[in-house]
Amino acid sequence: MSYRITGSTGEWEIVVGLEVHAQVVSEAKLFSGASAEYGGEPNTHVSLVDAGFPGMLPVLNQECVAQAVRTGLGLEAEINLFSRFDRKNYFYADLPTGYQISQFAHPIIGKGKVLVDLADGSTREIGVTRLHLEQDAGKSIHDQDPTRSFIDLNRAGVALMEIVSEPDIRSPEEAGAYLRKLRQILRYIGTCDGNMEEGSMRADVNVSVRKPGETEYRTRCEIKNVNSIRFVMMAIEVEAQRQIEVWEAGGTVDQETRLFDHVRSETRSLRSKEDAHDYRYFPDPDLLPLVIEQSWVDELKAALPELPEAKRARLEAEYGVSRYESSVLCVEQAIADFYETVARGADARLAANWMLGDFFAALNRTGRSIEDSPVSAEGLRELLGLISNSTINGKIAKEVLEDMVETGDSASAIVERKGLRQVTDTGAIESAIRDILAANTDKVEEYKSGKDKLFGFFVGQTMKAMKGKGNPALVNETLKKLLSE
Amino acid sequence: MSGIHDFTLASARDALKARKISAVELTNAHIDAIERLDGQLNSFITRTPDQAREGAKAADAALAKGEGGNLCGIPLGIKDLFCTNGVRTTAASKILGNFVPPYESTVTANLLKDGAVFLGKLNLDEFAMGSANLTSAFGPVENPWKRKDSEAKLVPGGSSGGSAAAVAAGLVLGATGTDTGGSIRQPAAFTGIAGIKPTYGRCSRFGTIAFASSLDQAGPMARNLQDCAILLESMAGFDPRDSTSVDTPVPNYEAALKRGVKGLRVGIPKEYHVDGMHAEIEALWQQGMTWLRDAGAEIVEVSLPHTKYGLPTYYIAALAEASSNLARYDGVRFGERVSAPSLDGLYEASRAAGFGEEVKRRILIGTHVLSSGYYDAYYLRAQKVRTLIQQDFLKAFENVDVLLTPTAPSGAFAQDEKPTDPVQMYLNDVFTVPASMAGVPALSVPAGLDARGVPLGLQLIGKFFDEETLIAAGHAIEQAAAFHHRPTLHAGVSA
Amino acid sequence: MSLDAKTVTRIARLARIGLRPEEVETLGQDMGSIIDWVEQLKEVDVTGVDPMIGTGLAKPRLREDRVTDGDCRDKVLANAPEREGPFFTVPKVVE
Repeated sequence: MSYRITGSTGEWEIVVGLEVHAQVVSEAKLFSGASAEYGGEPNTHVSLVDAGFPGMLPVLNQECVAQAVRTGLGLEAEINLFSRFDRKNYFYADLPTGYQISQFAHPIIGKGKVLVDLADGSTREIGVTRLHLEQDAGKSIHDQDPTRSFIDLNRAGVALMEIVSEPDIRSPEEAGAYLRKLRQILRYIGTCDGNMEEGSMRADVNVSVRKPGETEYRTRCEIKNVNSIRFVMMAIEVEAQRQIEVWEAGGTVDQETRLFDHVRSETRSLRSKEDAHDYRYFPDPDLLPLVIEQSWVDELKAALPELPEAKRARLEAEYGVSRYESSVLCVEQAIADFYETVARGADARLAANWMLGDFFAALNRTGRSIEDSPVSAEGLRELLGLISNSTINGKIAKEVLEDMVETGDSASAIVERKGLRQVTDTGAIESAIRDILAANTDKVEEYKSGKDKLFGFFVGQTMKAMKGKGNPALVNETLKKLLSE
Repeated sequence: MSGIHDFTLASARDALKARKISAVELTNAHIDAIERLDGQLNSFITRTPDQAREGAKAADAALAKGEGGNLCGIPLGIKDLFCTNGVRTTAASKILGNFVPPYESTVTANLLKDGAVFLGKLNLDEFAMGSANLTSAFGPVENPWKRKDSEAKLVPGGSSGGSAAAVAAGLVLGATGTDTGGSIRQPAAFTGIAGIKPTYGRCSRFGTIAFASSLDQAGPMARNLQDCAILLESMAGFDPRDSTSVDTPVPNYEAALKRGVKGLRVGIPKEYHVDGMHAEIEALWQQGMTWLRDAGAEIVEVSLPHTKYGLPTYYIAALAEASSNLARYDGVRFGERVSAPSLDGLYEASRAAGFGEEVKRRILIGTHVLSSGYYDAYYLRAQKVRTLIQQDFLKAFENVDVLLTPTAPSGAFAQDEKPTDPVQMYLNDVFTVPASMAGVPALSVPAGLDARGVPLGLQLIGKFFDEETLIAAGHAIEQAAAFHHRPTLHAGVSA
Repeated sequence: MSLDAKTVTRIARLARIGLRPEEVETLGQDMGSIIDWVEQLKEVDVTGVDPMIGTGLAKPRLREDRVTDGDCRDKVLANAPEREGPFFTVPKVVE
């Protein structure tokens, strides 16, 4: 079902493209030897190159190039063996040289794609137009002094990848799914930590609207620097609504840059008319064109980890998990690894059920992540083994898992300590059932006269009498036999 | 043995090694000469006599132990475009009037490593933008030469005018220069000294204040090519901190002096016979051909068809880069700052107050040619024409080893004869700019005096990284020209 | 042809150089004559010619991803015309 907004003149379709700025994971900055680490005392992660001192020159960091190529491979994109760095000229307090070094005319990565899964189970392909490397700016701090802004250049020169999507996104949900998927790919490859709170992933959102069936795009607005997936989705919604109102009132939407205010849930124009930008891009004469070898690209490709889509396909084929289960299990590499550790040597289907159910519930309850899970993959595998070999039944296993989370003891130790071993002795089961039937002769009569539903009652009573330890299959089988006597 | 001011850099080096003279003596004599003459010449922006004396003492200590590099104890001047650790570096601009870099440029670090002694920082056109050294915020430099018939103050050329004047007047034994479109060669010609603009990428640009990054190249200026060769060997070399630096070994340039020119093919680019060329310049050029032919070289006419487009191409490319390179002078992290209530106000006021007229004009033109709607017509087209200019040279060098041309269209002119039309002023660089555009090495050697007694230079242009052949050919001209004239103002004359 | 005042003012604004009114006029003339002079490049046939990027002599070189620089706040701040503690300062920027 296509996403539509209904205005006073009928339905509208939205058209969205995203420009994601992802901070490259590297030790040093894009063009200097200063640390790229987040934080640090003000102006300490700064070299004289970053601060734009006279005569200082940029030298490109190889790892940042490799990270861009890896990301490009992860987006199944064209890798441009020839690319170039340009200067984008503008004045700002946190831009020391008066220009940002970026790749304008010749980006390192060309067209690629991202597959996104939607809630209704469908999949959409969102095109990636390009990915290029550029420098981050420093930070202006406005709230420390009534008349002055303070400048910290620690971020200045840190490598960013700008990943530009095609205007293929048609709903806030798709935008969210695209961002999540992109972040997942970056994290898998290890090229960006995707930490939006620290600003290591930010998005500029291009929004326009049109009537369904229109083939041309209408004027778009760019919402700058949105720093969470939720805000991106909200911003699209309110901006689309605003534009629809403008069109429907007979006005026209101006191409402009806007800011999203999540408190007021509105977008605001950032435009100041007299200050039109003219970035005067030209090739940076301090740098040579970037020429990379196909053989190096091939090496990087060979060393890439398994990517989310491939991993899902493999888990589905190898372990028989469903499309939905594979999407949850592959959200993070660590989860998929955890699952595989459990599934190897256990019932893989059972493992998927337990991970998605009780295990994730236990993580949520304890506020722990997969990395510091209170139960190890080996521990969970042991527990599932006890179910499979009929040592305990599923219901008892839930109790054992809770105990494992609480005490850190192993499943078998808990089973022994609490005496939870399942009763498979048919004699004991038969004797327990006979006691129940003897105590409920009226119900036995009712059952025999056709009230089949009472079977469940007898199962429940039997299990209760056996403190839950009865082997469910044997209990059922014996009950059926005795009731038909 | 003549006086201390008759030393060339090479002979001073030999005298120091032989302990016939001490580095302290040599340095003191030069400090003394600067004190006597530089009030008039204004070739220094910052003098560093105390550091120089200390350096000289250290040099003597090293020499006494038989140690010390090739320049041990040699007093030099440094163009004030090279950042020097702890010593004010201004680019002759008010905007950097109080700037003290906490780092050393690679070129000056190389010279220091070889034991050189720095007497101070030499005047230049502001940000190296000029051909007469009239745009310095620290006042114009006077050429130590005078016309026979006049007391008029002559310009020393530019932008390395302070370097040229100081070398010519004997205030230093050698100096660093930088050349973007002729800034070493033209002032060398105007002051009767030698200067080499090496191949682009030969000397590191790290720590040298940028004018136009794709053209700027440091080089030596000294009394003769032997001195230049010694300096270049120290200044040159690969630097991983400059992405445009070329990793190729530095040869023994001094040894190239002895190569001679027998069998050398010398190209004469016919397009350099420009309309209205001064008869004296034409005659000097012919003389140069004769000298080289007599020394065994073969003279061949060649064509560089795009020569006439060199200057306009240069001005577009260089000014576009300059407009961006000079954006960092904004009054925030270093340099001149004029307070204002807004950030843009601060930028506009600081840059208005800090930059001189010519620099502002060039930044504005550079901004214009890059701006939206003009980029393709100006900047992109200029870069394409630049490719054609480079191809002209590469093609010519398939057939010849070096090119011979005049260095400048005239001798030094008087300070008050400066053309008011900026385009007329730019024409000074007509012969020097094309080699800069192509990135090939070139040098200027003094070849004679004009009718009014002012020196004239000849230019040699060589193949990429073939400074040795250039030096060999240049030395042949030096020997034939036997240029031993001295300027009116000279340390050894007025002593 | 002289550049008009509006153009000169716009360029000066892009370059963040404050100009006095009388400067606008003289600069307009100077810039105009220089622009007219460089117009001669239009005569050159550049079809199929690549723009020159560098001199084509140096080989592309990349730095290793190691922290070798930074941690020199005193040097970074030493020349600052105005600072507050560890920061450079500028007039307040309102977004």
